Amino acid sequence: MSTTTASAAPATRPAPATPVKKRDTRRRRRLSQWGFIAPAVVFMLLFFGYPLVRNVVMSFQDFSPSTFFDGKSPFNGTDNWSKVFHDDLFGKALWHTIVFTIGSLIGQFGIGLALAVFFTKRFPLNGFLRSLILLPWLVPMVVSGIVWRRILDQDTGVLNSFLDTLGLGGHTPWLTSPGMALFSVIMVNIWIGIPFNMVILYGGLQEIPKELYEAASLDGASAWRTFRSITLPLLKPVITVVLVLGFMSTVKILDLILALTDGGPADSTQTLGTLTYQNSFVQLDFGAGAVVGNILILISAVFAVFYLRANRSEGK
Amino acid sequence: MATASATNGPKRRWGATVAGVVILLVMLFPLYWMINTALQPESGLLDVSPVPHSLDLSGFSSAISEQGAHLLTSLAVALGAVVICLAVAAPAAYGLAQFRLPGTKSIVFGTLITQMVPGIVIANALYSAYVDLGLVNSYFGLMLADASLGIPFAIVLMRSFMVAIPKEVIEAAEVDGAGKLRTFVQVVLPMSRNSLITAGLFSFLYAWSDFMFALTLNTTDDVKPVTLGIYQYIGAHVGDWGSVMAASVLSAIPAAVLLVLAQKYIAAGITGGSVK
Repeated sequence: MSTTTASAAPATRPAPATPVKKRDTRRRRRLSQWGFIAPAVVFMLLFFGYPLVRNVVMSFQDFSPSTFFDGKSPFNGTDNWSKVFHDDLFGKALWHTIVFTIGSLIGQFGIGLALAVFFTKRFPLNGFLRSLILLPWLVPMVVSGIVWRRILDQDTGVLNSFLDTLGLGGHTPWLTSPGMALFSVIMVNIWIGIPFNMVILYGGLQEIPKELYEAASLDGASAWRTFRSITLPLLKPVITVVLVLGFMSTVKILDLILALTDGGPADSTQTLGTLTYQNSFVQLDFGAGAVVGNILILISAVFAVFYLRANRSEGK
Repeated sequence: MATASATNGPKRRWGATVAGVVILLVMLFPLYWMINTALQPESGLLDVSPVPHSLDLSGFSSAISEQGAHLLTSLAVALGAVVICLAVAAPAAYGLAQFRLPGTKSIVFGTLITQMVPGIVIANALYSAYVDLGLVNSYFGLMLADASLGIPFAIVLMRSFMVAIPKEVIEAAEVDGAGKLRTFVQVVLPMSRNSLITAGLFSFLYAWSDFMFALTLNTTDDVKPVTLGIYQYIGAHVGDWGSVMAASVLSAIPAAVLLVLAQKYIAAGITGGSVK
């Protein structure tokens, strides 16, 4: 029935009518579909795209404390860049960032993996204990920093009094000596990062087929051999993701260092993150801050490439 | 492995439990110490005893009187950030999961990239923009900035969930005459409930823990979340560790409560958002 009316219509009106209408509804459909995605795209352009571009521009501008009164920030060529590169503090901060990041990653990953393997054993209360271990990761980082600052206090901190009772010294200036502070900050960051590493690696371990382990034990393989020949290779994609995500979150850390040492003593815990903050928000030299920030982005970008590669190869 | 533990009998398994408890005690010691110190305020600069002799709540009462307002600020900002985050991310996650539009691949790619931009770099540029827009020292400005911490993560997480919603279900709703928006609200959102909860939970935690935006986007005391409050507190009250630790305990409570109430969502969020 409908075919007759439909075929009758083109006779009275020329053919194009239906295709135009079709294209029109398709366009409207597309538009309404974009309506779902557009707010997020706009948000991300404003809060991630704009800052990225703006930082590059800012690194060629002269900001001073008066800029925020008179609004003047004239372009000054590469002055900010040469100023930052000629400052000894930049080299130090770069070195501290490398040591902090690598040290934290090794500790977090090593202990996280050991705990993940431990929790693959079946034993009573396993799930309960495993979920409680997450707590340090959920507490605000600045709060963890402040709690550890109390624990690591040279004269009244519990760590030193504990070491004292054991007869192991007990007057270590954990946070107050330039030689120790970076080590202590790394130690605290390892503590914060263990739960995250453990949970993801534990998830990865669950995916490895149990039959492989049964076969290995039938073959009489030792625990270490099994770990090296089965666990590690099959866990590799997850390990890559954990390390890259760990890198991304460690390289830019600010809260923890400000809460523990404020970058001191004698700049011994100053990193690229804290240096960006100091330049911009303490000295109000946003141009210099932008320079250090751009370098931080550059370093992150290199690892972003690794991450995306890891993500892609995992997808296959 | 299952067979191995079965043959070794229950003794061996309880041995592992003991080891697990020891690990847990070591890992959670700093949090115990935070509570312990909070309960013995007057011993501020002296050695703190391993267990509180008597429950002295004066640290808590001074923490509440001095940080209570900042706790409420944190709560308001974090809840606002969650609302913004879900309102922006949920439709986008749905669109990216279900619509065939040109360019969606590069948007997903861009979402992954944004998770790698260091926060301090964002704050650096955002500050001057906020000054121009009059958003410095405002609740709304901080909510927006804090929402940015959760949005990319929420999109990735919810998208990976919504991809699994069968096309037939959505088509059926549309055949019944529901528009795109109604289908989304009445069919897609209820089906994605778990991923919404997980994403909301994490954006709450991100916003609640935020220190950097609170520090950089506020120049007065008008909008001061508890993370910033405690940070400035130790500057001013170096000797009064009891109150500082009491404030720390109060600021850590949401994490503890969420962990107890929503364990499975937290585990799902940690693994789901990062690996998939």
